[in-house]
Amino acid sequence: MNAILAQLLNGLDKGGAYALIALGLTLVFGTLGVVNFAHGALFMLGAFCAVAFRQLITLETVTLDPEKLSPWGAPLEIRTPLAQSWFGDFGGVLIEYSVPLSILLAIPVMAIIGIAMERGIIKHFYKRSHAEQILVTFGLAIVLQELVKAIFGANPISQPMPSVLRGAADVGVWLGMGPNVLTYPWWRLTYFLFATAIIGAVFAFLRFTTFGLVVRAGMADRETVGLLGINIARRFTIMFGLAAVVAGLAGVMYTPLVPPNYHLGMDFLVLSFVVVVVGGMGSLPGAVAAGFLLGILQSFASMTEIKSILPGIDQIIVYLTAVIVLLVRPRGLFGRRGVMES
Amino acid sequence: MTMTAKTLFAMSRRDLITLVIFTLVVLAMPMWLSPLGAAYPGLMQKFAIYAIFALGFNILFGLTGYLSFGHAAFLGVGSYTAVWSFKLLSMDVIPAIIFAVILSGIFALAIGYLSLRRTGIYFSILTLAFAQMSYNLAYSVLTPITNGETSLQLNLRDPRVLDLAFAPRAPGLPSASLFGHTFSGLEAFYFCAVVLLIAFFIAQKIFSSPFGMMLRAIKSNQTRMNYAGFNTRSYAMTAFVISGMYAGLAGSLLAITDPLAGAERMQWTASGEVVLMTILGGVGTLIGPVIGAWLIKYFENIFSAFNDSALHHFFGFVPDGLREVVVAIRLQICWRRLAIDPRPAVRACRRVPARRDHGRGSAYSRPVRQWPDPATGHCFAPAGGGVTP
Amino acid sequence: MSQSDANIVLHVADVHKNFGGLHALADIDLQIEEGKTHAIIGPNGAGKSTLLNVIIGRLAPSRGAVVFDGKVLTGKKPHEINQMGVVRVFQTPEIFPELSVLQNVMAPAFAKRDGAFRANIFMPLDAEKTIRDEAEDILNNVGLFERRQSHAGSLSRGDKRRMELAMCLIQHPKLLLLDEPTAGMSRHDTNTTIALLQKIKASGMTKVIIEHDMHVVFSLADRISVLAGGG
Repeated sequence: MNAILAQLLNGLDKGGAYALIALGLTLVFGTLGVVNFAHGALFMLGAFCAVAFRQLITLETVTLDPEKLSPWGAPLEIRTPLAQSWFGDFGGVLIEYSVPLSILLAIPVMAIIGIAMERGIIKHFYKRSHAEQILVTFGLAIVLQELVKAIFGANPISQPMPSVLRGAADVGVWLGMGPNVLTYPWWRLTYFLFATAIIGAVFAFLRFTTFGLVVRAGMADRETVGLLGINIARRFTIMFGLAAVVAGLAGVMYTPLVPPNYHLGMDFLVLSFVVVVVGGMGSLPGAVAAGFLLGILQSFASMTEIKSILPGIDQIIVYLTAVIVLLVRPRGLFGRRGVMES
Repeated sequence: MTMTAKTLFAMSRRDLITLVIFTLVVLAMPMWLSPLGAAYPGLMQKFAIYAIFALGFNILFGLTGYLSFGHAAFLGVGSYTAVWSFKLLSMDVIPAIIFAVILSGIFALAIGYLSLRRTGIYFSILTLAFAQMSYNLAYSVLTPITNGETSLQLNLRDPRVLDLAFAPRAPGLPSASLFGHTFSGLEAFYFCAVVLLIAFFIAQKIFSSPFGMMLRAIKSNQTRMNYAGFNTRSYAMTAFVISGMYAGLAGSLLAITDPLAGAERMQWTASGEVVLMTILGGVGTLIGPVIGAWLIKYFENIFSAFNDSALHHFFGFVPDGLREVVVAIRLQICWRRLAIDPRPAVRACRRVPARRDHGRGSAYSRPVRQWPDPATGHCFAPAGGGVTP
Repeated sequence: MSQSDANIVLHVADVHKNFGGLHALADIDLQIEEGKTHAIIGPNGAGKSTLLNVIIGRLAPSRGAVVFDGKVLTGKKPHEINQMGVVRVFQTPEIFPELSVLQNVMAPAFAKRDGAFRANIFMPLDAEKTIRDEAEDILNNVGLFERRQSHAGSLSRGDKRRMELAMCLIQHPKLLLLDEPTAGMSRHDTNTTIALLQKIKASGMTKVIIEHDMHVVFSLADRISVLAGGG
């Protein structure tokens, strides 16, 4: 029972990441009708916002200590991160919380990247076939990932989490099970809560604002909304920016869990497409539900007990689930008829 | 209908001219590629092999409109089969090719049987899912067959029953041969080129046959095809298997030119690459995907060289320079305060990111397989520091 | 029944079809005699198209069965029903827009000759003289011979419908189902189509026509059934 609960918890944070990416992918597909293969790259760019932010504030000055010498007689170096020499102790706090603070950088950066992408490239491909959209966005993803590789190198760059959030929460105690029975790393808990909050915010935005109403109407029937004289193009741009921000934030907060490298985006892209299709193309709740479902299933499949019965199941569970769902429920869990079918 | 040699080779005048020109272009590759700096055997073999892959992919995607995102799986199956044929039977390429084509055809039959129950993006995702399952399994539980991360390769103790029945074991690793003749120099390229020409001829026959028209009609209006009395599933299935066999053929040729089969050949980016080749060259045209394959492989080759030097330095310079500017400003301040000259001690900042570049192959293939974290099952990247308490 | 059973080529036996709570077809019993042209008339929404959809296997009836030529059609796949000789012209033309007019007409001929599936890649399309001649012949009959090399997608709606009729006729069906064959056609086109259908009638093909235009109905029909309110 505890083992099952532990796996359930383990699946939540990964499910959160899947859900966030799939959410953005569905938003873009639902509103713009674009199959965006560059969406994984946006996730990766978000992660590298965190990397860049940290590299920026940990730039150091190296000076020689006038008094002390090292044991072999050379002058000792004093290394001071710029943030610290500028802001003193506050600089130390900045470095300590670099990952959560990168959110502040990532929001404008990702919004600008998203809007620039939509205005510059995606805009011209609304009316084109899905094959052409895939071609151009896939190409874009490759360019972005090669740029990141050129700037940050090919190796993963690990990002430390704030030390407050190191270690694990004793979830078992909260549930009245005694200490050390069920623990869950604080950062993963944070990630899950963060993902839930973002998902909640996106849904609230779509549900309770006029903008959201128009967008939802646009997702249901794009042509009619266009005929109502609403400037749908500008809203599409904003939606694309929003999707980019959501993907970027998912990436920022994921960096302490997986050190980002340039192909992080491609790895997540294929999984998030599977998530979107399992959830049902064009369905936002479907994307979220399928994200968590697949995250949890994946963590269950990696249990030793299950692997001993079905060797290799942890490697294929996500895809196997997708195959079964598509064969049993052709339009995914929450899919509507007629989406992406000819 | 009696099938005479006349109908077997019957072609329209236009097709015949295309075939002749294509043959000349392919066989003359070493000549016209040398001004482009691409006339070395390894690259030209890739041109021939990926042209076959793209040709076959186009028989499915170009004619029927079914966009498979998992064709690299068949390429991988072809490679593994060919290497196994080398290991168990003989270094001769003919059995290797035959087994690879048959096995990838069977594999395609199984995957197609399930995937073709759906259309549109749902079909694409099903093929993608099957290919990713094959890829992940090849790295994990199928290691006895695929040799996992180290790739399947020849070794000195391979049984090679057919070869060793006729000749004693020679020292060193053998290489692929055709009827006892070991390839050397441009011979492997010309072998691949001849296979490409045969593959092209068959594709031409398919395109100009009633069968090809039926496939186009399926793409155009599948409902009408059904109500006109066609079993469209069988037609799509045949196209799927044929294109899977083309991919298997390409995979076996990859193994012939370099007897090594790794699972990264099955990764979805490899499937994506053939989609790009086909779309770039022109979906549904006969010659387009071939051109697309050549262009992509050519530029991939250029950029992988470019990447390591010029491009790399260009982008690498910018942040470094920026960093030095910042550091210099700060040093001015420190210098005044400490009243010593810090310049000899100036180092580039400590956190220069690692710039070693392992990705020499495909521009976006994953260079090193990362193992899943046993605790979390992350299969997309190595477990991060601080994941576990 | 006054006729002997041998003359009944299609028997729709107590077919019932409901979509949720809506009874689209309520216990339809219909017998079509061989060689006759049977018109089905009725207001919009009476279930005429649903009835055709049930016959060709697009919809499964909730109850009842369709018997054609002594064999039960219900439960068979659309292509199997077509192979038995039941062919339908749709109300909105179902054609292959990307293929040429000639190819559109040739394709169904292959289904007639080669069956539901045949992967013959050896004989080039251009060498299929018999089928080509027949297709050109039929295109001549429907007045589209001059446009045989055009893209089917570029035809006018009326031309598309005539081409679809040609696609059905080339299969020499035992039973031809026509869903409003003249809807949206000009008076002149309607008369051409009537003349064409009368010519086919002389060949003894059994036809079921759904039609609003009484001029067409009275020009062609031997028998008329009225379908109203699902029954």
